[in-house]
Amino acid sequence: MYQYDAYDQRLVDQRVEQFRDQTRRFLAGELSEDEFRSLRLRNGLYIQRFAPMLRVSIPYGLLSARQMRMLAHIARTYDKGYGHFTTRQNIQFNWPRLEQVPDILADLASVQMHAIQTSGNCIRNITTDHLAGVAHDELVDPRPYCEITRQWATFHPEFNWLPRKFKIAFSSSTTDRAATRVHDIGVHIVRSTTGELGYEIYVGGGLGRMPMLAHKIRDFLPEAQLLSYLEAILRVYNRLGRRDNIHRARIKILVKDLGPAKFTQMVEHEWSQIDRTALDLQPQDLERMKAHFTAPAYRHDAASDRSFDAAVAADRAFAAFVKRNVRPHRMPGYKIVFVSLKAPGVAPGDITAEQMDLVADLAERYSFGEIRSTHDQNLVLADVEQKDVFTVWQALRNAGLATPNIGLLTDLICCPGLDFCSLANAGSIGVAAEINDRFDSLDHLYDIGEIKLKMSGCMNGCGHHSVGHIGILGVDKKGEEWYQVTLGGSAENDASLGDRTGPSFSRAEIADAIERIIEVYLEHRRDEEETFLQCYRRIGMAPFKARLYSEEVAA
Amino acid sequence: MILIRDGAIAHDDYCALADDAPLPTSGNFIVSLERWLSEHEPLRASAAANIGIRLPNTADLADVWPLIADRPLIELQFPAFGDGRAYSQARLLRERYRYPGEIRASGVAVTIDQVREMYRCGINAFVLRQDQDPQRFITEWVRAREILWYQTSPGAAESVMMRRRSR
Repeated sequence: MYQYDAYDQRLVDQRVEQFRDQTRRFLAGELSEDEFRSLRLRNGLYIQRFAPMLRVSIPYGLLSARQMRMLAHIARTYDKGYGHFTTRQNIQFNWPRLEQVPDILADLASVQMHAIQTSGNCIRNITTDHLAGVAHDELVDPRPYCEITRQWATFHPEFNWLPRKFKIAFSSSTTDRAATRVHDIGVHIVRSTTGELGYEIYVGGGLGRMPMLAHKIRDFLPEAQLLSYLEAILRVYNRLGRRDNIHRARIKILVKDLGPAKFTQMVEHEWSQIDRTALDLQPQDLERMKAHFTAPAYRHDAASDRSFDAAVAADRAFAAFVKRNVRPHRMPGYKIVFVSLKAPGVAPGDITAEQMDLVADLAERYSFGEIRSTHDQNLVLADVEQKDVFTVWQALRNAGLATPNIGLLTDLICCPGLDFCSLANAGSIGVAAEINDRFDSLDHLYDIGEIKLKMSGCMNGCGHHSVGHIGILGVDKKGEEWYQVTLGGSAENDASLGDRTGPSFSRAEIADAIERIIEVYLEHRRDEEETFLQCYRRIGMAPFKARLYSEEVAA
Repeated sequence: MILIRDGAIAHDDYCALADDAPLPTSGNFIVSLERWLSEHEPLRASAAANIGIRLPNTADLADVWPLIADRPLIELQFPAFGDGRAYSQARLLRERYRYPGEIRASGVAVTIDQVREMYRCGINAFVLRQDQDPQRFITEWVRAREILWYQTSPGAAESVMMRRRSR
């Protein structure tokens, strides 16, 4: 993975020092609440319902064992002993003390981590496929490009005060596992017909209160010209994006208002005038970056192992784990192991300090010391030799991290909700828990299969509800929590936004409503192979609507 | 109002000229872009020694550049702490149009917490917000010259990528 050189380290240290001074001035009354707010947000610090919340950046979801141990240390020392992985592959701590945040940032800097630009109206953490480097369907490893982009975006002097937050995601595989089309910029790494590497560029996707899919504005951008093109897009946005209404300030609104054709023309015109000499990537820049992401020293005899198949045959619980939480690796004899952070009774994405230490130990012993976080709020040990999977499973299971539910209904994604977030209308975590309880057994009975349930506690859509196969959105009606349901969303290659079922459901009705939706699916699916999404696309909304609204929903 | 120019407290040798004020008979003035566009001929012919332009942060330099290219001073506006439009104008002036004159920042964002970005985008003069300590501001300005950046900037220290290339 990427290792800081002295320059990267100095940049992060500079920021710790700057933020320490800003915090001191705020506490001394020399810096206004409002201004400190926008400065602290650029360092990942929110003031939440009960306490500050610190969001730590995990660039493109890649962590070392040493970094994970530091997160455990922070959870123990400055927080209540746990952290929460987010849908942007970052981690949040919900209970740090404001005065201690500079110390936390200094601790993070000591392991090449930071909280820079994890919030605020600036370029946020760059995200990508959590299977980068090990996926079967990958063209090239997207992470060198993510790191190049991360560095370009970090403290960009021109783009630190944008109209609104700005998110960039990369994908380099047949299956888009990074939800690129709901990002401000989605970059697909592709090969041209003549064999050159380059990018397809999508702009103007986003979730939140006006969900939209991104438009393709360029079919092929040569590999070396990534940064100048990003700069052209950002400059058009910085100049022309709306600043009069926070709800209309994302680039998706600019693209919509101008029309994709006009927007594209403006970007191309800006790009044609940019002095690219300083921005174009030279072969040595790319080589240097790619050298950080080489394949680990895989054992070539790993595939000769027979114990893995034997254990699957002998142990049903292990077989269930393998079926749901283990994926094929492109290297024979290796497996990709998902660590589920969706155990029944636990808020999605939550992990204790002890669990973090355990995952760090397992990564060190069995997966070349690296861990990935996913935008579905789970973790991945990407390079486990198949002979070790059983041992890893046992350790995970003892720690409550082996729920065999990756991709299933109970692997739902969810924002922190009313329990923590000052924006939320709804206690998403409570609803998640209820749905989890209800379907935990049902999954086993009916084999509901792959289904992405995504829930957000408010319009801001941190839980990505608009692209859930089933989406749930918490809304406030006269001080009560209500839940709007959408069906048929997807964040993958076939990206689509969910359709609303109709009137929203009360807190008491929502779990029943979800159950009815699942019943309709189970009754209508052709066979177990037809997923919820395929089934919905085939039969449409009508049967679901009929079941949800023609009868009393509450039992 | 305190003016910091190239890292030192400077005497402000320019006055703002209101849009409805009569043509000046001597001295240096800053006029709005609007007035300049409608009256640049009489203004050029006036007895003022120098006339600079105050550019709204919504102005498109592609349109107005030919009309302001020979001005000795361009004032960019930061009307809110989070309004970063003028950053793009500053960079374009220095990089695309090779503007050699004074780029002056004014408005509520001209504070020690944004001087680093302003400097790096090519702004060299600052009308300090009332509550800012000028000595502290100068310290931050010096700091802005010393710290590392990933991004290139005209006339400033080279970027991290360029340093790596030359290693």
